[in-house]
Amino acid sequence: MKLLIVLVLAMALAQDAPRARPIVVASKPFGESYILCEMFAQLLEARGFRVDRRPGLGATEIAFAALRNGSIDVYPEYTGTGLLAILADTTRRTPAQAFTHVASEFRRQFGVTWLPPLGFENTYAISVRRETATQYSLRTLTDLARVAPSLRAGFTADFIGRHDGLPGLARAYGLGFREVRPLLAAVKYQALASGGVDVIDGYSTDGLIARYDLVVLADDRGFFPPYQAAALVSAAVARDDPRAVAALAELSGRIDGATMRALNRKLEVDGVSVDMVARGALDSLGLGSTSRATADAQRAPAGRMSAWDSFVHAMVNDRAALARRTWRHLVLSAVSLVAAALVAIPFALVLERRRRLAEPLVRVTGLLQTIPGIALLAFMIPLLGIGIVPALVALFVYSLYPIVRNTYSGVRDADPVAVNAAHALGMTPAQVLRLVRLPLAAPTIMAGVRTAAVINVGTATLAAFIGAGGLGEPIVTGLALSDTGLILSGAVPAAVLALLVDVALAGCERAVRPKGL
Amino acid sequence: MKRYTTPAGPVDALAGVSLDVADGECVALVGESGSGKTTLLRCFNRLVEPDSGAIAVNDADVRRANEVELRRHIGYVMQEGGLMPHWTVRRNVELVPWLIGIPNADALVREAMALVGFTDGSFYGRYPRQLSGGQRQRVALARALAARPTVLLLDEPFGALDAITRADLQEMFMAVRKQRPVTCVLVTHDLFEAQRLADRIAVMRAGAIEQLAEPREIIGSPATTYVARLVEKAGLNRVDRHA
Repeated sequence: MKLLIVLVLAMALAQDAPRARPIVVASKPFGESYILCEMFAQLLEARGFRVDRRPGLGATEIAFAALRNGSIDVYPEYTGTGLLAILADTTRRTPAQAFTHVASEFRRQFGVTWLPPLGFENTYAISVRRETATQYSLRTLTDLARVAPSLRAGFTADFIGRHDGLPGLARAYGLGFREVRPLLAAVKYQALASGGVDVIDGYSTDGLIARYDLVVLADDRGFFPPYQAAALVSAAVARDDPRAVAALAELSGRIDGATMRALNRKLEVDGVSVDMVARGALDSLGLGSTSRATADAQRAPAGRMSAWDSFVHAMVNDRAALARRTWRHLVLSAVSLVAAALVAIPFALVLERRRRLAEPLVRVTGLLQTIPGIALLAFMIPLLGIGIVPALVALFVYSLYPIVRNTYSGVRDADPVAVNAAHALGMTPAQVLRLVRLPLAAPTIMAGVRTAAVINVGTATLAAFIGAGGLGEPIVTGLALSDTGLILSGAVPAAVLALLVDVALAGCERAVRPKGL
Repeated sequence: MKRYTTPAGPVDALAGVSLDVADGECVALVGESGSGKTTLLRCFNRLVEPDSGAIAVNDADVRRANEVELRRHIGYVMQEGGLMPHWTVRRNVELVPWLIGIPNADALVREAMALVGFTDGSFYGRYPRQLSGGQRQRVALARALAARPTVLLLDEPFGALDAITRADLQEMFMAVRKQRPVTCVLVTHDLFEAQRLADRIAVMRAGAIEQLAEPREIIGSPATTYVARLVEKAGLNRVDRHA
């Protein structure tokens, strides 16, 4: 019941603009997805639509769940991912068959529309260093199977876990590596180039394949399904906004593999901003809105900024964004913390009166703490969509345990002699709680709130995965683009914020400590 | 009678115990720890609920009384004082008048503080941790007396003090009783203290009363060897001989 009230409050707080609804354009957290998302957004803007950008949503589960329930309206997806990850269909198909199948199935099952493919495929590219390829004369995955037992592989966790990833691939080719390490997408190319691993799962359009001069091994048994890129459009927009659909469809068939690889290279190797890469691309397709684009693109940096430069750029030149993100981060943490305290403290006081139920129930709130952040966010999307509301609810859930635990223990263990005397002199149980136990427990309760606050500020960086903004935004983008400076421009302010919040609450802790203690 | 469950099975404490305290009288309950003296004391204000038997305070059955109301009209002092550590001396002493809703709490506080020997107001604003052990027990006694109860329960009130402070507080307690006739039940493990402060002594052992008599009789003619040993240990037999 209390939770419900908090949810309603949170939703009320999160209602921002009135609903002359902009089109919400989103992406998954990797470079190519950012570029396509930005191209969709700029194209729609050029055709007169209002656009709300939500780049870098968690992963397939989060982005698709958000599209399905209408929290977002369009994001770039791949037919193979649609087949395997969403429909769990492993039937072998040609690219054309695959597209027809996902298009009809998605419309039937989810009411969601696939626009005609953009014109390129981005399949898994199992890659090795050139000298490895030469040394073992590797050209295909069949060749790889022969020498795999002496090689170390570094794959994204996603690829290792999905049955259309490593498990299926290993079965199809009889692959068995000496060692398989889970690696973040952001570091796998560097890990391969530096010799930390010998094989990685790249994407065929990655800009970094060319940069590191890698050899992509051919899928000679056709294990990977066709991964044609296309815009996936929500039911609402497909139904109500035929002009928006038409605008997006202008891109269909216009981006070939070479073009996409070049765009990715600009972003990931040359360090051109997503905005400018997208602008340049639309311009050269004759779909741009302004001539400013070309001029901007020409002024773009010739090479990629160093980590330090991009950190300084984000902190100094982009300080308006930094301030906005910090503010959002603070609001997310503070609102969820206050809501959690308002629920957790009364809850713990009730538990103190029902001691037999107390320990089990406190442990249940402790269990909530063990749900991984991303998983909790993913669970909530079908109910709450993306953005601020689910982020607040997740942070609220994570804040409960430290506050409940400290409040309960503090009140239960309050100076037993004083509590005894209070009873003996004729205080009612309610008076004992209000006048003796609570004031004596106040510093302990406050310490719990303080712990929750610091955890909260740290966890709030995950909110960026569901489009809630905050200091996690540059971290997610930085991870996607392997931009250490950008990652730090989120991580450092978040750490500083956590410290400041801790210091501020230490002050509150002193303030609530009763004078005589 | 109060039934306790122990690892060895249920144990009946205070079976067959009968104790009558007259108006204005002070009865000391003396015995070793585990003898049941504190349990008996706590029956009077229902901090312990007997499983069978009857207890009356001022001729009213305590089980019929509202326990909170009952406790507000019975003074209580415990060994470590039990002062609220987050409250000033004044707030501690005015607690019971405030709980009852007596309007002139301030006058009652001054009166009670004067009774225990605090005549100037300099202590009122202090917190318990700023007081010595003896001062804390005086404040605890003042708190127990502030609402002018007719009955006062004392659980080892001077037990945690050094010998000199203890003797001082015993004097103070005797002076208080002269000014404020109040019916007292005093729990102590110290027979010497009991014979000094009480009109009658109940020697308790293993949940039963071994002997109930005036101090002179306990010392002069102990009813059992246990009582005799207790008298001897307290050095009271020698004191008596020299007197």
